[in-house]
Amino acid sequence: MTHTKLRKLKISYGDNHALKEINVDIPDKQITAIIGPSGCGKTTLLKSINRIIELSEGVKVRGEVLIDGANIYGKDADVLALRKKVGFLPQRPCPLPMSIYDNVAFGPRIHRLSEEQITKQLEKQKTNGLVKKEKSKKYQDYSKMDHLVEHYLKLAGLWDEVKDRLHSSASKLSIGQQQRLALARVLAIEPEVILADEPTSALDPLSAKLVEEQFKLLKKDYTIVIVTHILRQARRIADYVMFMYLGELIEHGPAEKFFNAPQKDKTKEYLSGEIS
Amino acid sequence: MKARKKADSIATFFFYSSAIFIGILALIILAVLVVKSLPILSNNNFFELLFSSSWRPSRGEFGFLPFIVGTIEVTLIAMAIAIPICLLSSIYLSEYATKRMRSIFMPVIDLLAGIPSVVFGLFGILVIVPFVSFLGKMFGSSTTGYSLLSGSIILAIMVFPIIISVATAVLRSVPHELRESSLALGATRWQTVKKVVVRSSIGGLIAAVVLGFSRAIGETMAVLMVIGNVAIIPKSLFDPAYTLTSLIANNYGEMMSIPMYDSALLLAALMLLLIVAFFNIISHIILSKLIKHNYTNEA
Ligand SMILES: Nc1ncnc2c1ncn2[C@@H]1O[C@H](COP(=O)(O)OP(=O)(O)OP(=O)(O)O)[C@@H](O)[C@H]1O
Ligand SMILES: [Mg+2]
Repeated sequence: MTHTKLRKLKISYGDNHALKEINVDIPDKQITAIIGPSGCGKTTLLKSINRIIELSEGVKVRGEVLIDGANIYGKDADVLALRKKVGFLPQRPCPLPMSIYDNVAFGPRIHRLSEEQITKQLEKQKTNGLVKKEKSKKYQDYSKMDHLVEHYLKLAGLWDEVKDRLHSSASKLSIGQQQRLALARVLAIEPEVILADEPTSALDPLSAKLVEEQFKLLKKDYTIVIVTHILRQARRIADYVMFMYLGELIEHGPAEKFFNAPQKDKTKEYLSGEIS
Repeated sequence: MKARKKADSIATFFFYSSAIFIGILALIILAVLVVKSLPILSNNNFFELLFSSSWRPSRGEFGFLPFIVGTIEVTLIAMAIAIPICLLSSIYLSEYATKRMRSIFMPVIDLLAGIPSVVFGLFGILVIVPFVSFLGKMFGSSTTGYSLLSGSIILAIMVFPIIISVATAVLRSVPHELRESSLALGATRWQTVKKVVVRSSIGGLIAAVVLGFSRAIGETMAVLMVIGNVAIIPKSLFDPAYTLTSLIANNYGEMMSIPMYDSALLLAALMLLLIVAFFNIISHIILSKLIKHNYTNEA
């Protein structure tokens, strides 16, 4: 069963038709990689899934994106609730102009989560086993928000590096750390789907590796859609692959099948490096 | 190779000497003001000059308090009017207006910036002064309209363009991805403006306001035309007032037969300079504090 379906999705910027009739189901709790040459519409497609695309000037969206059966572009769709459900990680990590702590707490705060809601959210998180609870800690010394910040920084694999300077400015972190902070920030709103636009393109190989590893761990609980132009990265982490070319979705399928037995000529050309 | 090195050192020399020249110029201006105001400083009690409000040059009484108070009050009230309006319109122009809207508004603002001071003054006499007079009557004060409030309003209008254009540019320079990150987390547009955009450009916004301030405090012509020019300490917004700049502009070159008069006017100029410098230093301190506290992005 899948929650996220694109139906006859067409997007244009003025008279530039960036996406032409996309139909695809995005599998739950897997990593879907969107690949294709530069300018083929990967970012456009990704951003359409939580309506961030509408921030671009002159953009026009037709067709449907169904999440849990409801069209997110429907008349009475709630954009804010949608964006809480579908998180987005931009290509360049953008620390918000505040401390590391406040960056992670930003989402829960703007959504005005109550202490109980935070507790509930963390209870649910505990069962997933990704973050080990340290028994020795005296938890009553911390506020609920402290718990939350710690939890998601751990989940993003950043906790150990920043635990001693949570209240210093986020812009002082390295680019790789900033990207994992962005991840923690997204995770803290407890989305079901995480969209990531070339999340490792600004990072050095080591930081990129860390982020990749984090995604592999997270797919247990989250549906992840990642845009990448690095074929090797797609091979490493993707369970499902979508190949785009000039605004069209040429081929899509489970990673194994896609890489080992591509059906379309364009796909074969791309995989062999003839087009890029 | 040698020629290039030589060109380089010549260029360096010119940059260096230009910078030095500007520095020396500032010092010369300061020196002239100090030297010229020495006579009155040695002739009268310094505290009396600063804190007396009796201005009777023919009797040798030079109390500057009305002018100092007038200058500071008219500037502060003008800024109190200008800052909220300017910040709100900059936020509108940068965050909410469409490209088309901006392309109509920005040239209008630039046009406003190019209007000569005297024209603002005339506008003040024809529109603001009657309006303030009417307003005063509503509040039960019989005012001619030539008042502290009129001066402040005119001054506020004059600093609009500079604050708005700088503040808008500052807000526009916030990277698109930063807004996107905040909105993608489900923040509303207003939350994003408040918590992310304004916060990350707070340094630049303060700079815009300071720039407006420096212009406001030194502005003469338009204010002089509507403020009434009476050397008293205004008790209400509808009372006339007098500023240091108006004092100098109205009187320099006239009444020079009165002893100490020209020295008094140059002392007024010196005071003006010190007040401006004081505000500038304060704003620098605030700015560097803010940067230290990492509220700005570039820190
Ligand atoms: N804001 C915009 N305004 C106008 N045209 C745009 C805009 N963003 C993208 N486009 C156009 O839409 C098409 C698809 O762009 P998109 O950014 O989705 O490609 P991409 O596959 O993500 O490319 P890259 O790999 O370079 O990031 C391109 O032709 C691009 O020029
Ligand atoms: Mg892209």
